[in-house]
Amino acid sequence: MSEEIKLMKGNEAIAHAAIRCGCDGYFGYPITPQSEVLETLMEVEPWKTTGMNVLQAESEVAAINMVYGGAGTGKKVMTSSSSPGVSLKQEGVSYLAGAELPALIVNVMRGGPGLGTIQPSQADYFQTVKGGGHGDYKLIALAPASVQEMADFVGLAFDLAFKYRNPAIILADGVIGQMMEKVVLPPFKARRTDEEIVKECPWAAVGKPKNRERNVITSLELDPAVMEERNIHLQEKYKTIEANEVRYEEIQCEDAEYLLVAFGSSARICQKAVEVARAQGIKVGLLRPITLWPFPSKIIAKYADQVKAMLSVELNAGQMVEDVRLAVNGKVKVEHFGRLGGIVYTPDEIIEAMKTKIM
Amino acid sequence: MTIEDIIKPENLVYKKPDLMNDRPMHYCPGCSHGVVHKLIGEVLEEMDVVEDTIGITPVGCAVFAYNYLDIDWEEAAHGRAPAMAVAIKRLRPNKLVFTYQGDGDLAAIGTAETIHACNRGDSITIIFVNNGIYGMTGGQMAPTTLEGMKTATCPYGRNVKLNGYPLKITNLLKELDGTCYVTRQSVHTAAAVRKAKKAIRKAFENNLNQKGVSVVEIVSTCNSGWKMTPDQSNKWMEENMFPAYPLGDLKDTTI
Repeated sequence: MSEEIKLMKGNEAIAHAAIRCGCDGYFGYPITPQSEVLETLMEVEPWKTTGMNVLQAESEVAAINMVYGGAGTGKKVMTSSSSPGVSLKQEGVSYLAGAELPALIVNVMRGGPGLGTIQPSQADYFQTVKGGGHGDYKLIALAPASVQEMADFVGLAFDLAFKYRNPAIILADGVIGQMMEKVVLPPFKARRTDEEIVKECPWAAVGKPKNRERNVITSLELDPAVMEERNIHLQEKYKTIEANEVRYEEIQCEDAEYLLVAFGSSARICQKAVEVARAQGIKVGLLRPITLWPFPSKIIAKYADQVKAMLSVELNAGQMVEDVRLAVNGKVKVEHFGRLGGIVYTPDEIIEAMKTKIM
Repeated sequence: MTIEDIIKPENLVYKKPDLMNDRPMHYCPGCSHGVVHKLIGEVLEEMDVVEDTIGITPVGCAVFAYNYLDIDWEEAAHGRAPAMAVAIKRLRPNKLVFTYQGDGDLAAIGTAETIHACNRGDSITIIFVNNGIYGMTGGQMAPTTLEGMKTATCPYGRNVKLNGYPLKITNLLKELDGTCYVTRQSVHTAAAVRKAKKAIRKAFENNLNQKGVSVVEIVSTCNSGWKMTPDQSNKWMEENMFPAYPLGDLKDTTI
């Protein structure tokens, strides 16, 4: 079977993958560096082919609530934005998690805080994996490191979201969103029929037939005993996800004496750093978390028995490093190296940081 | 004649709609919400469209509307119901999609969603209960609180220098090209209830006939928040609310 290879930006890959994976609706608002998602969808006009809806909302707040509304009827719906816009979406994200609705949010991160910069950053790690909105909830967080993964993770994120009735997020950054690479787009998958949705999502609010109780999409419960039960149910679900859905990639880790831990664009740069360092005789490996939540704590703990030290390389002031340290639990030294405000490190800078911080 | 003789089915002249269940309502005695709920139930039943109806509840006193009418519901974040309704209508254009919102929800925190939904013109219905006060949180000032009206957050009366003017948002919505039917009703007398029911029916028909946004404002009382008896509230509403929010159709492009 011949695969069609295309050259495109990560943001464009998200749009094409959404159409191809049977997405029913996209609701977005322009913000750099992710506007190509909405632009591509509007150019392709998928409502003429697959029937997918695309709408430019009046704000990120409206967009995420459109997602909430659509998801409540069992439809496969998504939104995308960049850091300041994703902050605005946190209200809706918390409601999605509380009402246990499947949906996809894409964050193509830029530097902050505040309006920050339009240049790439990974400073929304905490926001993504530690909550972001109010309440005890988790998002299934996928971190693509290539345009190919931007395309592949759209379908994967939807599958996981529907499997667990939980919102999923693709956490990319300005590098992955803007860079062009070759990509093989996923095959076309038909959108589900209304009958299929009712079967797959018996909880969906689609209009009450006579033969079932009314469906109510809500996260509200005033009885604290019942509310605690709901919360316990959520936490149990999160435990199941943690047990089943951890994803990561190991690069040259077998004989590693030092370990780099990095996700997304940082992992791509670290891969080069590993190559250069090994040519210098330094035995270093790279562990790339693909799911930021659930976090690959067990495999990192395993490497704590093998390596002398670890360096968490992130385009921020030190966020994921906290989870690496929790996994390592004091067994070996764990340091952080980052650049801030939209500056991206070179492989040489990473090797230099390794030498000064952990060797 | 015994009571058993009287309550025979053939003597039944009035009943609540079947859609309205027997859960005890959390609304205060004298509140307008119960009547509006009943009208929605009656109209949906008479139109026989329950299987195609999706309602969206607000944050505010009507947050629990989903407990009383046996239809499918989604509970919105504060003010966001119109954005949700637009998405649902786009994804499921043959459904009757309506929001049920209070004045704080619709005209304060949700102003942007309200205006853009009304301007975009998707065929949704907005039932807007305006009682000039935040009931659920204990009687604070609303965007529609009248000048001089006392609330918990304007205890000396709404002072426009301090708090700005009452927002006549329905007047604004009628100017938007996406609305097809904008009307202001009340439910404080039997005659008013009949008129309000007709308005809701028309709004729901517009919804299914893809005519655009229909807005039915119900000028209402909040006797607990206003600190009056239900009777006094109705009188106060007639004397004070109606001059600011006069009843009647503001727009109808469907005629």
